[in-house]
Amino acid sequence: MKASTVRRVGSRLASLFASLLIALSLAFLLGRLSGDPTATILGPLAPPEQREALRHELGLDLPLVVQYFDYLRGILTGDLGQSLQFYQSNTSMIADRLPYTLQLVAAGMGLAVCVGVPLGVLAATREGTWWDRAASTVALLGQSVPVFWFGMMLVVLFAVKLGWLPAGQSGTPKHLILPALTMSVYPMAHIARLTRASMSEALAEPYIDSARARGLGNRRVVWRHAFANAMMPILTIVVLQTGILLSGAVAVEYVYSWPGLGQLALQAIQFRDFPLVQAIVVFGALVFVLLNLVVDVLHSIVDPRVR
Amino acid sequence: MTGVSQLELDPTAAGTPPRRPGRRARTSVFWLSLPLAVVSVGVFVLPLTGLLPAAGQDLAATRQPPAFLPGGTWAHPLGTDKLGQDVLTQFVTAGRLTIVIGLVGALVAIGPGTLLGVLAGYFRGWVDRVISVLIDAQLALPFILVALAIIANRGSSLPVLFLVLALTGWAVCARVTRSATMAIRERQFVFGLRAAGASEPRIVFRHILPNLAGTTVALGTLQVGTAILVESALSFLGLGVVPPMNSWGSMLASGQDELSQAWWIAFFPGLAITLLVLLVNLLGDALLTHHDPRKARR
Amino acid sequence: MTEAVQKGVPGEAARRPRAPEPETPVLVVDDLVVEHRDRGTGQVFRAVDHVSLRIDAGESVAVVGESGSGKTTLAMAATALGPRGGGDIRLLGHSLSEISRTRLRRLRPEVQVVFQDPHGSLDPRQSVRSGLRELRTLQPERTSWIGDAELLGSVRLAPELLDRYPHQLSGGQAQRVCIARALLMRPRLIVADEPTSGLDVSVQADVLALLRQIRATTGAALLMISHDLAVVRSLCDVVHVMYRGRVVESGPCEQVFVTPENDYTRELLAAMPGARWRSRR
Repeated sequence: MKASTVRRVGSRLASLFASLLIALSLAFLLGRLSGDPTATILGPLAPPEQREALRHELGLDLPLVVQYFDYLRGILTGDLGQSLQFYQSNTSMIADRLPYTLQLVAAGMGLAVCVGVPLGVLAATREGTWWDRAASTVALLGQSVPVFWFGMMLVVLFAVKLGWLPAGQSGTPKHLILPALTMSVYPMAHIARLTRASMSEALAEPYIDSARARGLGNRRVVWRHAFANAMMPILTIVVLQTGILLSGAVAVEYVYSWPGLGQLALQAIQFRDFPLVQAIVVFGALVFVLLNLVVDVLHSIVDPRVR
Repeated sequence: MTGVSQLELDPTAAGTPPRRPGRRARTSVFWLSLPLAVVSVGVFVLPLTGLLPAAGQDLAATRQPPAFLPGGTWAHPLGTDKLGQDVLTQFVTAGRLTIVIGLVGALVAIGPGTLLGVLAGYFRGWVDRVISVLIDAQLALPFILVALAIIANRGSSLPVLFLVLALTGWAVCARVTRSATMAIRERQFVFGLRAAGASEPRIVFRHILPNLAGTTVALGTLQVGTAILVESALSFLGLGVVPPMNSWGSMLASGQDELSQAWWIAFFPGLAITLLVLLVNLLGDALLTHHDPRKARR
Repeated sequence: MTEAVQKGVPGEAARRPRAPEPETPVLVVDDLVVEHRDRGTGQVFRAVDHVSLRIDAGESVAVVGESGSGKTTLAMAATALGPRGGGDIRLLGHSLSEISRTRLRRLRPEVQVVFQDPHGSLDPRQSVRSGLRELRTLQPERTSWIGDAELLGSVRLAPELLDRYPHQLSGGQAQRVCIARALLMRPRLIVADEPTSGLDVSVQADVLALLRQIRATTGAALLMISHDLAVVRSLCDVVHVMYRGRVVESGPCEQVFVTPENDYTRELLAAMPGARWRSRR
């Protein structure tokens, strides 16, 4: 039993590591094989000597294999290179911006869970009713709307027309309301749909009937028995969505001029700061794989069968 | 025991042939496709009818609100932008590109995704291992990161956009196709064909692929919605469709600067994207439950 | 209608047995071992455990056992359709461990399989006619001996069914189509893997009668896989009883049924409907 556990954890870790390595290699290759960045950085009219100099500065004149191992060594030592535009280490710039994005993601995800889970439970406990249909439609709508557009319309309504809330920038809790609301739309919809699905599955199990037969109250049956069993997929999706939000908040941050990682990435692209873009991509991949690991650990804690 | 029952011989009284499920699913597919077809044809036909307000600038009529708001006129049903260009006309022409990108973007993701999924699911072994690791790795990179990495190097253009859409879409499709293929290839008729001397390519192309068609169409439909959303986000950030071309996403980009003075520029394309993607998602879900080979018992 | 059926009786349609070489057995299974590995736990499960059997030309052999006893794995290995495992299998004198891919493909039509689930054995996207057409393109010479309508008649199906799709056929009809597809190849060995257990009881008897008739008229050997002893007794000469991957008892059918030597065989016989009546006899 124990040997098989070690084996399983080991193979899972190995496959996570393999997908991380491939993701990192992919990021590297996408950067190198999709063309000579110096042409994009300097423009097509730049003299060849200047491009040669930049290529040397970026280390692009070295053999590809050498570049690749330099890149991997950098990631291992936490050195993601130098920004071309800001003349700073990419790692420290990411560290500067990360708190803002974390704040936004935490607020958005909190909201998404607080609304999405009850919405899904509501739909599942009243399956087939008008409530269910309304909740399911709202959830599907949330997955179909371009979230940044939803944010723009919130700005028009609450900042421009009503003047209740600030339209952009950060600082006070008031500044956080609209961006967090916008951020929560997609994960909220996802969580609601998933909660509905796994709850209605759990509610159909025989142990729910037996709990009801024992005379337990409806609320207790729904939350203590059904929800406890439906929780694992929901928890999984919360963690994975967090990973997507952490790196995918670009458009929302842009709408609200929020000074997070997404804005930094956008600036980097606009100024053709190619090492910085790569650093952000690598960081995102690391975070995402780490969160996958968290999901695995959660599974083994919650689900006794996996252990 | 000796006689053959009459029931078996009479093709009209064929016992109880299993009924095909999903008559309701089929009608809902019809009602969902109808508006999609109308919109898609509409954006291509409308400009030819001459009914739309003329394109071009009109500095005497800048930032006019839509007709149904105070100050609006029917000369510009959806209002005008800061240069006096008609929003409805822009909206219709931009819709063409959006729909084309949605369709082509889905195709470039579904094509390689289906092929790799079938290869992995059918041949298993090292082919499967390599492709599965690639799928996992692709899914470990959030799409926006892939997009950033490519666009940072290649700039924005339509081919780059399609490359991004292909890279971000193939993995999901490959994963679903792989498991569907694994289910089909264990069906007994595949063994029967092998016993009849059919070659492996023949089984894959003549039998596995046709049986996957329903799933692939459903996945492709869902992928159209994803492609439109990805395109709108990238174009909004100035990383997808850039002027002089125009899509609903790039209309949102120009509307962003005008939010306080002319919100309608961004409102209508955004609403159109939402409704279009909603319809496509509903259609894809309906098709998927209809065609799921694991659900179909026979 | 009746006339078509009369005309289509296998006796006429399929009476062209090619001279079987009496000395080479159709199938020899020699000390076969097949193991499955559970991907999750890594545990190895031995599905077939040192099994040997032999089928001569025109002979009818049964493998009997409860579900999970390894019968189907044995059949799949013996027909080169499933994992081959250890030991040797000789099909019509060719050892499967030595045969080349091309030769194997040429050999394959000699052995046809009829499966348990008739609907799963037909491509749901192919009508009966186009399925037969495909078989004819795969094996043009082998299949030219009979027309589509006549072939369906030989399994007592009306030619109108040619344009039906599998989901438009009843279970019994679909199983007859499967048998017809097997017959079309004029195989020297037909492997029937629980051919009646997916069917309604009323249809089972008809399909068995059909198999018996085919055996009598085509001279093909039959390997019958079943858990149903009654089926086997009415159809086969020799029976092998399998239990947990091993053959626990073998012998001529009547001998095994009347004087079983193994405890497990006795249990199986006792579980048969009408067993008491039989044992009293």
